[in-house]
Amino acid sequence: MSRTHISAVINGDETEFLTEDGTSLLNALRDEVGLTGAKEGCGTGDCGSCSVLIDDRVTCACLVFAPEADGATIVTVEGLATSGELHPLQQCFLEGAALQCGICTPGFLMAAKALLDRNPDPTETEIRYALAGNLCRCTGYDKIIRAVQEAAREIREK
Amino acid sequence: MAITEENPGYKWVGTRPIRPDGLEKVTGKARFGADLALPGMLHGKVVRSPHAHAEIVSIDTSAAEAMPGVKAVITGADFPDLAANGAHAGDIDVATNTIARDKVLYEGHVVAAVAAITREQAEAAAKAVEITYEVLPHVLTVDEAMADGAPLLHDGMITKGVDPAPEDPSNIASKILHERGDLDQGFGEADSVVEREFTTKPVHQGYIEPHAAVADANSDGRANLWCSSQGHFQMRAYTATVLGVSPGNIKVTAAEIGGGFGGKTVIYLEPLAVRLSQRAGRPVKLVMDRDEVFRATGPTSGTRIKVKMGATKDGKMTAAEVWMAYEAGAYAGSPVGAAGMTAIACYDIPNFVVEGYDVVCNKPRVAAYRAPGAPMAAFAVESVVDELARNLEIDPIDIRLANAAVEGTQASYGPKFPRIGFVETLEAIKDHPNYSEELGPNQGRGVSAGFWFNAGMMSSATVHINENGTATVVTGSPDIGGSRQSMALMAAEELGIPYESIKPVVADTETVGFNDVTGGSRVTLATGAAVVDACRLVVEDLRSRAAKTWDVELDQVEWVEGQAQHIDGAQPPLSLGDLAKKSGRTGGPISANASLNSRGVGAGFSTQLCDVEVDPETGVTRVIRYLTAQDAGRAISPDYVEGQMQGGVVQGIGWALNEEYIHDTDGVMENPSFLDYRIPVASDLPMIDCSIVEVPNPAHPYGVRGVGEVGIVPPMAAVGNAINDAVDVRMTELPMSPIKVLEAITDQSD
Repeated sequence: MSRTHISAVINGDETEFLTEDGTSLLNALRDEVGLTGAKEGCGTGDCGSCSVLIDDRVTCACLVFAPEADGATIVTVEGLATSGELHPLQQCFLEGAALQCGICTPGFLMAAKALLDRNPDPTETEIRYALAGNLCRCTGYDKIIRAVQEAAREIREK
Repeated sequence: MAITEENPGYKWVGTRPIRPDGLEKVTGKARFGADLALPGMLHGKVVRSPHAHAEIVSIDTSAAEAMPGVKAVITGADFPDLAANGAHAGDIDVATNTIARDKVLYEGHVVAAVAAITREQAEAAAKAVEITYEVLPHVLTVDEAMADGAPLLHDGMITKGVDPAPEDPSNIASKILHERGDLDQGFGEADSVVEREFTTKPVHQGYIEPHAAVADANSDGRANLWCSSQGHFQMRAYTATVLGVSPGNIKVTAAEIGGGFGGKTVIYLEPLAVRLSQRAGRPVKLVMDRDEVFRATGPTSGTRIKVKMGATKDGKMTAAEVWMAYEAGAYAGSPVGAAGMTAIACYDIPNFVVEGYDVVCNKPRVAAYRAPGAPMAAFAVESVVDELARNLEIDPIDIRLANAAVEGTQASYGPKFPRIGFVETLEAIKDHPNYSEELGPNQGRGVSAGFWFNAGMMSSATVHINENGTATVVTGSPDIGGSRQSMALMAAEELGIPYESIKPVVADTETVGFNDVTGGSRVTLATGAAVVDACRLVVEDLRSRAAKTWDVELDQVEWVEGQAQHIDGAQPPLSLGDLAKKSGRTGGPISANASLNSRGVGAGFSTQLCDVEVDPETGVTRVIRYLTAQDAGRAISPDYVEGQMQGGVVQGIGWALNEEYIHDTDGVMENPSFLDYRIPVASDLPMIDCSIVEVPNPAHPYGVRGVGEVGIVPPMAAVGNAINDAVDVRMTELPMSPIKVLEAITDQSD
């Protein structure tokens, strides 16, 4: 079976990989590129654990065919911290105990980043709806929402 | 400030530092079950039954074996026949649930498995395994399974717990019974008697990470296994049993686990992965799809429960009669036993009969789910208690206070309670501002309470002192919700060194002593006690080394804030770092092991307060405010105690309002996805207010009780009672979905 050659900017690096046409971007990221931060919780776009940014837009990587990523700029959770410094969302998730098992955390961080990039001062309701595509079974969301509120505050005050 | 029970003077216990494993989890580095890849690794795929109940007539694997990239195909015939070997019935059930032999018992039951070079090749080969079935009639509910003449899942199932034993087999695996006093007399003394019947559906634990296992078997019979589970020693034991090998031949390494809630205390993929790896001679990875998780793992039981309770006009409960039937799924072992023990355990009731049945049916074998069995029973009992309070015009907290179990109460399931904190949780709710918050139109408030035993069981821990005076704390309890932080906090407290100087580690089955599963709310309690024991041994050793160094008797040396001090100050103190540096001259490396079988669990109680708003036009119920009060004994790590409380509540809200297994008439699950099996999302919920009650467990060095489970016991009745308060309908079926609430409102106005 012939494989398709894909070039994309992933977490700031020019990256090339080969993929079959029917492979999801999620599987390509995990198996071909070696970035296992995005998780598969459902494979059908219902849980948000594979959320990544594709050209600044939060997307379930399981719903995108890998060849569609050709030429795109992709950010995964591995690219969220810059030069070793945590993004305020990462820091606030840690300080606010906004994770228990942590499997959903990469997806929540990416979805929350997409929210704060477009709305630096969201209400609690706006945060809850922006993150409604991301399932967490451990926390009941309380501490996640508070961590996003705190991160938004810190980003605004910077 | 004086050192008291409320202020024990701890430096680390009860603080909120950043968890030791946090950084890896916010940066994507943490390795969960599906994240491991080995050189030459194959991908596996499981073949599952499309039928709820069928004989396997034949399996032809030849076409699958001939497909490109396929390296191994296995069926039940590739595993030892434990039944023929005279194995224990429970082990036979584990083995045949892992892979069917002559008969499939539910849709999704494993029949075969394949391994191939790519995922796609494995999927294609799985479809090419040819299986001929003879479909049998099936039973899906306790009603169907208990009916006269029902098709039988197991021809030899004679109900246990009935004397004399029945002559004929049935789908009833066992009966449980608890009784005390005289029911007729008790109901005769009551001024109000309420009798209701309830039904609940199977619900899934809903962990976000699907099951995953990677096996690398060697030709000498040994194998390495990496898997995401709640207990890698348990995985080793089950896997060895199913494969018919010594546990010592299998090394299991715990991956980070993406949620379990009881559902990852059992095996599914592990023996299949090992056998495929043995056959193929290469490492094999098996990962479930989400629909496989729903069809073939978990869930917890669907139930039918009848409750009759009576109370006098001053609210004293005089009698309770509870009848319950719990679906076990395909094999004996529903949590009806725990349900029977917990159902009325919150209360001191002089006359009762609690009767329960464990019933098999053609659905996936149930697995533990957070306080297994208790939430359904509590939904029924706490709804009836609410109705009694309404009939008698008594405040819902006051009726519970009037009957609350306290220290010395003979629990309904037998023993006398030691010191417990149920009353304190009731008072915490009553004293909270939420209790008097004004309600608007179509809004209502509900109270509910719950009990869970908490477990102890076996744990081991090792503490190593590094050469610079920092410490490594090694346990074998997979950390599912922050327990490494609890271990580090307790070790810091014991050793007197900073939390940051301690590295807590979850080690593999060859690197640390045996640990039972991460379940039963036991890790901070039991594994924590092992860590405390090991730290105390280390401190004893350190004092002895200081005494030697100073040439004084041991009793002249105290351990204070991380350093050895001479009681008269006759010597300059020796810090842990000083002693570690000189360890070569004082007896060698400093380290200690401790192993224990729990020294006393501490019962857990939770009382919860739920405010809802019901839309009378649509029947949609929205939780607008929620408060949970829970006795933690001692909150070692308050952030993660709150996390357990909030998480339990929200799972309960999902169970109350949305979640259910839906099967078609053929016994095929119709909603095996997170789209159709709808767990709560952020926009469904308010903040979940927490009140941590601390009534220390006298049997634990820090008073820990365990907090993981009891939080899921009260929510269903709390929501149901709030709906009743809002729109005056008594909901007796879960989930209380919009259509059911709307029907109830419509029936009531007819």
